[in-house]
Amino acid sequence: MRHKFEYLEHTADVMFRAYGSTQEEMLSHAASALFKTMVDPETIAARESWTVEIEAPDLESLAYQWLSEIVFLFETESAVFSTFIVRLTQVGAMPDETIKLHAEIGGERIDLNRHAFGTEVKAVTRHKFGIKKNDLWCIQVVLDV
Amino acid sequence: MDDISKNLKKIDDNTYEVPIGYRPGMRVPGRIFVSSSLREMVEPGTIDQVANVATLPGIVKYSMAMPDAHLGYGFPIGGVAAFREEDGIISPGGVGFDINCGVRLLRSDLEAGAVQPRINLLLDALFQAVPSGLGATGRLHATDAQLTEAFLSGAKWAVEEGYGFEADLTHCEESGHMAGADPAQVSVKARKRGRPQLGTLGSGNHFLEIQRVEEIYDEAVAKKFGLFKGQITIMIHCGSRGAGHQICTDHLDVLSRAVKKYNIAIPDKQLACAPLGSPEANHYFGGMVCAANYAWANRHIIAHWTREVFEKYLPGSKLDLVYDVAHNVAKIEEHEVDGKKERLYVHRKGATRAFGPSRREVPDAYRAVGQPVIIPGSMGTSSFVLCGCDRSSELTFGSACHGAGRIMSRSQAIKQFKGTDVKSALNMLGIVVKATSPGMLAEEAPQVYKPSGDVVDVVHNLGIATKVARMVPLGVSKG
Repeated sequence: MRHKFEYLEHTADVMFRAYGSTQEEMLSHAASALFKTMVDPETIAARESWTVEIEAPDLESLAYQWLSEIVFLFETESAVFSTFIVRLTQVGAMPDETIKLHAEIGGERIDLNRHAFGTEVKAVTRHKFGIKKNDLWCIQVVLDV
Repeated sequence: MDDISKNLKKIDDNTYEVPIGYRPGMRVPGRIFVSSSLREMVEPGTIDQVANVATLPGIVKYSMAMPDAHLGYGFPIGGVAAFREEDGIISPGGVGFDINCGVRLLRSDLEAGAVQPRINLLLDALFQAVPSGLGATGRLHATDAQLTEAFLSGAKWAVEEGYGFEADLTHCEESGHMAGADPAQVSVKARKRGRPQLGTLGSGNHFLEIQRVEEIYDEAVAKKFGLFKGQITIMIHCGSRGAGHQICTDHLDVLSRAVKKYNIAIPDKQLACAPLGSPEANHYFGGMVCAANYAWANRHIIAHWTREVFEKYLPGSKLDLVYDVAHNVAKIEEHEVDGKKERLYVHRKGATRAFGPSRREVPDAYRAVGQPVIIPGSMGTSSFVLCGCDRSSELTFGSACHGAGRIMSRSQAIKQFKGTDVKSALNMLGIVVKATSPGMLAEEAPQVYKPSGDVVDVVHNLGIATKVARMVPLGVSKG
């Protein structure tokens, strides 16, 4: 894989594409791309872990909720994250039935002396939001900063 | 950049039309209010976003963009659109995540000479008194019951709690508390984010600034607004923090499903919306108003702490509220359409209400002249106070620009500027800056914004709002 994720030019906000050979990998890399906007991952040690469970009617809604959850966790846990392990399970046999996400997030509590902060992500937008499968799975996201 | 001018029809020196047919499905034309020099800075993507908004059901007259317009998500930043109550929609894409991000201007009774020698001291004290920056939590520690009150009655609640004065309320848009709040539409998550952040500035383009009135354009109106040359003013720019962001996030997910349910074709997923009167629309509106009220409470509390700092270091000084305006909000307003008064849902996304003297919403103190319109500049450039004119109702549903408007992306800014250089360049100009991170200063370097004077001139020349005063920054506290 050439990149796990890349940032694209956007005047007011932050836009990125994240890739993966599986949906899980793509969602994990998208979380890394989101979080790198806020804090330099090199300054974060994964000392603690957080578990996230999400259910959604489709992959797009699931991805949106997953990325929004990371913003929520950052603010409410006062923690910074560097590892994201994502597992998906399909509930039911039909392609459009509920998808379940289980994730283990590694990180630590905010330490302003050590963590190099960048731009605050206010929210994940749905502008130009989309998921595609070519050779790889690819998600495109615009963050409101 | 492509030559976009061929796609736009010039109406007059400051008005360009995006014709129906620019993209399929447009119900009304677009109107972009820019001068010829600013027009060159409008990205093609911004025009696309103006056209996208024009496709939404029930849109009235035009999909508009103010002179500071730039690329956003859903609506462009600087976007204004009004929708009919009978067949229109409401969309979080026309409000933004930072619901009721806005600006408040306080005027002091001090001359710059008395304050300038103590500017470092004051700025340090303000930086301490008003929590800011990424991940900052407030000094307030609001309870759940208090949070509900803030959602319901905004700045009015803050006054009841001992922050600010009763007299401040009439000098806020909506008197600092908008009707229609429904706390049941605020999720547990939004509460969890909002509770610790009440009374915080945030980061990004939010700031608290000590300014000096540098120029008066209209003596009579300036007098009405209590402004004079050489005066110290304070500007506070912030919004509804995590509460507003989460309320928007939650409802956006619901509305994304509503577009399928109501069979509304939208050209951008961020324009997810619901028909006015539907439960989804009512729920979003009720939640959005909670966030708007939270933001008014937030600015009220921050103003109170600012007053405390001034009282401590400059005893006996007075800070009165000139006005407090919302930049990101959807409101029910009455406007004349084809000679008939209609109730419309006016969306302003990065745009300021600019009502003239004939509107009853303008407080008594300013009724003779019009509403103060407060336009912040970027870190190193001037901010302006304008006075709303009646012509705004005719042209823009009573709306003006909200700032300077970005022209360079954050990533490009970080590549091009160094925070420490930005800081010393500003120091050379006599501007002291305090920020939680130097990277933030690079992202917000003055060069990344359009010249604020050019933007304001368009609004002035169109007669939407006229120039009253220009302020220059002396000290800036950034998140």
